Amino acid sequence: MGNIFAIAQKELRSYFVSPIAYVVVGLFAVLFGYFYVASLQILVRFSAQSGMFGGMGGPQSININEFMIRPLLSNTAIILLFFLPFLTARAYAEEKRSGTIELLLTSPLSDIQIILGKFLGVFALFLLMLSVTAVHMGILFWYGEPELGPLLSGYLGLVLMGGSFISVGLLVSSTTRNQVVAGVVTFSVLLLFWVLSWMADSSGPTTQTILSYLSILEHFDDFSKGVIDTAHVTYYLSFITFGLFLTAKSVDSERWRG
Amino acid sequence: MIEVQHVTKRYGPVAVVNDVSFRVEAGQILGFLGPNGAGKTTTMRVLTGYMPPTEGKAIIGGFDVFDSPVEAKTRTGYLPESPPLYPDMTVREYLTFVAQIKAVASSKRRQRVDYAMGRTSVDEVADRHCGKLSKGFRQRVGLAQAILHNPDVLILDEPTAGLDPKQIIETRELIKELGGDHTIILSTHILPEVSQTCGRVVIINKGRVVAEDTPANLTGRLRGSETIRLQIDSGGVDPASALATVPGVSEVHAGDATSEGRMVEVQAAEGADIRRQLASAIVSNGWGLLEMRPVRLSLEDIFLQLTTTEEEQSDVAIDESSPGEAVETSGKELNHG
Repeated sequence: MGNIFAIAQKELRSYFVSPIAYVVVGLFAVLFGYFYVASLQILVRFSAQSGMFGGMGGPQSININEFMIRPLLSNTAIILLFFLPFLTARAYAEEKRSGTIELLLTSPLSDIQIILGKFLGVFALFLLMLSVTAVHMGILFWYGEPELGPLLSGYLGLVLMGGSFISVGLLVSSTTRNQVVAGVVTFSVLLLFWVLSWMADSSGPTTQTILSYLSILEHFDDFSKGVIDTAHVTYYLSFITFGLFLTAKSVDSERWRG
Repeated sequence: MIEVQHVTKRYGPVAVVNDVSFRVEAGQILGFLGPNGAGKTTTMRVLTGYMPPTEGKAIIGGFDVFDSPVEAKTRTGYLPESPPLYPDMTVREYLTFVAQIKAVASSKRRQRVDYAMGRTSVDEVADRHCGKLSKGFRQRVGLAQAILHNPDVLILDEPTAGLDPKQIIETRELIKELGGDHTIILSTHILPEVSQTCGRVVIINKGRVVAEDTPANLTGRLRGSETIRLQIDSGGVDPASALATVPGVSEVHAGDATSEGRMVEVQAAEGADIRRQLASAIVSNGWGLLEMRPVRLSLEDIFLQLTTTEEEQSDVAIDESSPGEAVETSGKELNHG
């Protein structure tokens, strides 16, 4: 257990001693801020309109969760789709390129410990990145009355989805020593999983069920609506576990191939 | 302490390491010698558990590296060819991290880090970033990393590569000192290193062990047909015919007379020590014996002899599509020579 934390700590540290953490967290804050302001303006315009034409209780009837937080969280998911591959790209690729992988693999650690350590390291940075948005959400609570429940379930969805992205990123990074390749491949794989449900509409019933079940996006929807369905939680947790399991296999097969 | 049993490592059909076996007793320093690409690094990687062998096994301190990896790795310190440093960490941070993952008890970490830094004299750069260190310091930090958890076994892959001559001497001294507490395998293609630091030598070429012995025996054994170089003042007389009659002499090559006498090279028959007979023959002819010394093959000569004859032989052997056999034969010749 101590070993896992030692690796996680080292991993997290490595983002902060290089510009990566500052650039990624900083730009995430900028983009999130932009989406926040943009959706706030839409909300304001909407409530002004409904105030003018609605007449059914005025602006109060606008649901902040439905009209602002939900689209905002979906947009955040898209930012994550772009950002997380950059964070995971270096995880294994850099160790391989610089030869430090020899230190890790010849230390009395199991592959699983190394992988979990790396996962937790990136995951911690991801949580930190996400925690920046607490400020924005706090302002909503200050001036408005959003419901806390759907907000929290939306965040749970984001955290689980981010974890899945990271597990794919680790798997891809473990197969190459080139960070750019790792980043691009991770992004492509994630994007494919993202849009998998598009094909679902035009395919047969069985394929449709499978495709929409596999799509990362489909499972996120309910979270952002405020529904925590164990099926979706299970989906993400199995996704993460399977990703890390494949990473372990990939590291092991790399050993045999040298 | 270290046992390598019939280790073979194949990449597809190509055997990079082919049936390599040797043992190292506790406290010994073994030199692992071979040209670049001979399979030294691969053998070491198998020993450290970095990669599994295709066949055979490696045992460290009684633990099979692949059946009980954690036990074996706890007992092994490894310095890879390029020191595995994290450029963004300071030396102290780096060594503390290594102490964590090498299962050094948290109460002892500080003490072990200080010990390792002191032993390898990297204290002065303790707070510098690893990425900014000179090659010499990088290598020494790598060595500090290897001895940090006080392992029984040290495996050092070309520990002196890229160092300046002063650093090379210091590193060799350090390795010799460490030899008391640790069992060491050290790979190199620099020969004097072996004769200066190692108690035993394994020479490997093209993935096979071609010789294994002490450095002294290796140099001695190849003296089989010894050459003795003489400097004689024989006046105007050519000493060749007279010396050729001395019992045990097989060949004589005499040079031209100079003001400092004449250079003569005498080849002795195998196993014969002809120095006394030669001396008395020279004296009885009334010549002056200015110098006499046996020409010993240095490790360099042996190394070249082993590796080049094989190349010639295996070139032929490739045509017969059995390159391994030719190498083995020459290895055997040497072992029984």
